[in-house]
Amino acid sequence: MLNSFKHSRPIQFGLLILIFLFSYFLVPHSENSYFWRLPPLLKELPLWISTLLDNLMFKWFTVDVWDPVWKDYEEKTIFRIITRAIASSVLFIIIFIREIFLGGAQTLGTLFSDTWIDANKWLSWPALPWTAVVAGASILGYQLQGIRLALLAGTGFAYLSVFGQWEPSMQTLSFVLVSAPVCFVLGLSFGIWGYLNKRVEGALQPILNTMQTLPHFSYLVPIMVLFGVGDHAGAIATIIFATPPMIRLTILGLRKVSPDIVDSGLMSGCNKFQLLFKVLIPTARRDILIGVNQVIMQCLAMTTIAAFIGAKGLGFNLKVALNSLEIGKAAEIGLCVVLIAVILDKYSLAWANKQKDYFANLNFFQKNKPYITFTLLTLLGVILSYLGALYFEDSINYLYYIPFNKGFTISPFLDAGIDWIWEAFFVYLNAFNVWLITSVLVPMKDAYLGMPVISTFIIVMGAGYIIGGIRSAVIVGSLILFIALSEYWDRALITAYMATFAVLISAILGIVVGSICAQSNFASKTILSICDFFQTFPSFIYLIPVILLFGITDTSVMIAAIVYAVIPATRYTVEGLNSVPLSLHEAGTMSGVSRLQRWTNIELPLALPHIMLGINQTVIFALFMVILGALIGTIDLGQIIMGALSKKGGAGIGLTLGIFVSFMCLAVDNLIQTWANERKRLLGID
Amino acid sequence: MSSSIMPTNQKQPVIRCTSVFKIFGDNAKAMLAGVQDNVDAKAFQDAGCIVGVNNASFEVFEGEMLVVMGLSGSGKSTLLRCISRLTDATAGKIYIDGQDLLAMNNKQLIELRRNKMGMVFQSFALLPHKTVLENIAFPLQVKGVSTQDSIKKAMDMVELVGLMGRENYFPRQLSGGQQQRVGIARSLAIEPDIWFLDEPFSALDPLIRKEMQDEFLRLQGVLNKTILFVTHDFDEALRLADRIAIMKDGVIEQLDTPANIVLNPATEYVHKFTEEVPREKVLRIESVMDPVNDSEALSDLKVSKDAIIETVAEAVLSEQNPVGVTDTNNDIVGVLHPSKVINVLFGGRANHPNH
Repeated sequence: MLNSFKHSRPIQFGLLILIFLFSYFLVPHSENSYFWRLPPLLKELPLWISTLLDNLMFKWFTVDVWDPVWKDYEEKTIFRIITRAIASSVLFIIIFIREIFLGGAQTLGTLFSDTWIDANKWLSWPALPWTAVVAGASILGYQLQGIRLALLAGTGFAYLSVFGQWEPSMQTLSFVLVSAPVCFVLGLSFGIWGYLNKRVEGALQPILNTMQTLPHFSYLVPIMVLFGVGDHAGAIATIIFATPPMIRLTILGLRKVSPDIVDSGLMSGCNKFQLLFKVLIPTARRDILIGVNQVIMQCLAMTTIAAFIGAKGLGFNLKVALNSLEIGKAAEIGLCVVLIAVILDKYSLAWANKQKDYFANLNFFQKNKPYITFTLLTLLGVILSYLGALYFEDSINYLYYIPFNKGFTISPFLDAGIDWIWEAFFVYLNAFNVWLITSVLVPMKDAYLGMPVISTFIIVMGAGYIIGGIRSAVIVGSLILFIALSEYWDRALITAYMATFAVLISAILGIVVGSICAQSNFASKTILSICDFFQTFPSFIYLIPVILLFGITDTSVMIAAIVYAVIPATRYTVEGLNSVPLSLHEAGTMSGVSRLQRWTNIELPLALPHIMLGINQTVIFALFMVILGALIGTIDLGQIIMGALSKKGGAGIGLTLGIFVSFMCLAVDNLIQTWANERKRLLGID
Repeated sequence: MSSSIMPTNQKQPVIRCTSVFKIFGDNAKAMLAGVQDNVDAKAFQDAGCIVGVNNASFEVFEGEMLVVMGLSGSGKSTLLRCISRLTDATAGKIYIDGQDLLAMNNKQLIELRRNKMGMVFQSFALLPHKTVLENIAFPLQVKGVSTQDSIKKAMDMVELVGLMGRENYFPRQLSGGQQQRVGIARSLAIEPDIWFLDEPFSALDPLIRKEMQDEFLRLQGVLNKTILFVTHDFDEALRLADRIAIMKDGVIEQLDTPANIVLNPATEYVHKFTEEVPREKVLRIESVMDPVNDSEALSDLKVSKDAIIETVAEAVLSEQNPVGVTDTNNDIVGVLHPSKVINVLFGGRANHPNH
């Protein structure tokens, strides 16, 4: 009996759930009992963080700085000088790139005095005609992949212009064009450092984990405090969010280089520098460029969130449209974001997969064909815009620059369609909405809120102990303890309930759909490319259609979270099932298994570790979407994090709560990873 | 002993190893302190250490090809990596041209590799982003040779390994055999004195392998490098080697000429390899000839004492009289009786080491 208990995880989990239920119903709901709620010992933490930032910015390490305007020395802290210097240089580069696309005189303003600029109106960058940008996008697409990408990129950019979204689109693009290279350089450098030094890698891992699981909102306030408000602050927030995957993929790619290649480099007489830049990095090129792809996607995902601290562009317009419930307009802007995301995604993937060709025997024109074509087409675009200036005279020159909202628009149609949907389906949608909220969500929420803190620890640490022994139990327990000791435990429970619900539904949907699709090669390929497509959408895009259907309710957030989180669950299920070796399938077939038997006895057990890693992603995705749901109003941690944006001393609150969410992710991550790794080891798969 | 292929011992050996140990594990150094002879692998394993190379001592002379033969896990590649210092030996001394390899600092080591060593890898280990020509020129460019000169030299190498017309291909566009030709050309580009080959033909199909071995012998005939060649294929070792070192569990079981190994296997383990070897393919005439006896009438045919028996057997057996054996100066140094050849061809393989 004892022996069977030792070896049977189901029995162990059964006992755990039994103990959990006992504690759940036996512990009195009394505010004085520590079994019910722990005292908020860490209440002061947000304040400490805010005070620390305050002191760094305004009190500690001061120096006197000459102020040219007041003609006097002013006391400033070194920290503030440094952060503001970073801020202004980032801002300068963003504006510079923006002026290439849109024209302007701001960057020239740093060369000449303001009065001089005002006096000489001719002194400003002319905008690049949009036709030239479209030509450039097509040529780039053609160079990277071929005619299909050229057409996609060309029509995509033309759409942006013709539909009057040129200005915010180019603002967003310039924002990405500054953030992504910085992420690339930072990610590559840290990745190389981590590769060369085990200790650095060990230190990087937890930091990267936390950075990647921190909700985007939470570090907006600290960044606002440090760097001010504006495009540069948005860019810096984006850089913090988008660099970790680059670091990871760099380390991964460099580790994957075969040891023989390294040895061959050494035997060729490379020194350390040559080995790194001539052997290792070029060999790991593809992985590193996949990192670039990730960086670009993350940058676009941040555009709306960066709008909260003053980044201009599509994200800002989208936020305004969502706030004023102009769904048609929001959908139109969302489409532009998706277009840019898809094009940049295809660009970077094509670049990663493009293999070097040999071109030494070409002459000057053949070698520089794309540049020459681009120059010629740009000239053509300039000529066209001059002709346009003559033709359109004093009205808008449609061949040069189409101002914001002056192009075609489809939002009236969209709005009409939305109205029709509302009228036709409102009864059903509303009935579903009410049913879901009253009979599922509210009872579930109450059940979570009625959970004594001791029960939470029993279930979480118990699971940790069964899966990973005492080590896992302690890690998971201390992550949760940190949250339990704060004032925000109830809010955290609400976040947890929403995430749990979304994860459950997503996991079931994903595994079912994935399993069905994995039965045929064609269906697998189709579903994977659908996943690819939807994964390029920045997360907040998902909020647009659900608000349209369900209004501003918890249901909207839930549905958005489910749709968003079902992607990794499906993808990992298909991948996991497809990775089961063919020989095992054949062995099964020859043993005479039916389809269902094959699925339950061969495919699922072997694929389960990989599927669980997908569930891990699902948890993170769902939590992110739930937090993002604060955009349309929920009452969990996300709402407070958002609220912190406009509060004094909000930096501490935002960061602390962000860390709470991150810790929830990390606890789940620890459990699943431990289990999956052990399982993989037992099955002998990697 | 076939003295003609054994260089005279007055010359300084190009590679000299004395009591080289390579032991993987944290406290290997401490455990090795004071050890004189072979170590007990079992005791080390219990202490969490793995013995890679166990007390290897040997010398390789200029122009000689030493083949290190062993099955996987025998430590043959580890030994090679110790001598190329891709890994540091735990104990012992390694001298390259009289210089102490293990005492060299990183800069000296890079200098040594840039000027004296070349290495070929089992997995080819070509750089995927460089063309054939760029791959071959790589060691030169790393050294600081100008692009023009290095490409010119690389072009010569392309010609040497017979890849003309493919110099602008990328490794991914070549077959395995062709890729290894590039690997060989790259390792030879700096004109090294010492040539390391780590199972260079093991990843190739049998037919291609044979072709590459012939090619390799042709190259060695032209270049006459000092070679350390690692293989797990005993036939390959017999075909190529001047001398063979057979390794098992990190220990060199026997180090001798192919003929001597086949005729006198030193241990049971070596004997297992040799018993299936057709001896006419290994033995040279010299090892079966008799002293010159003036009373005997010799046939007109003469054979070289270095010839492999198999290659001349048919001619010798079709003669009526015994055949004269000549040395390199064409002087008769012995007599070959057909009966001896028949004995080698059909006499069974009764040369058990203990008999």
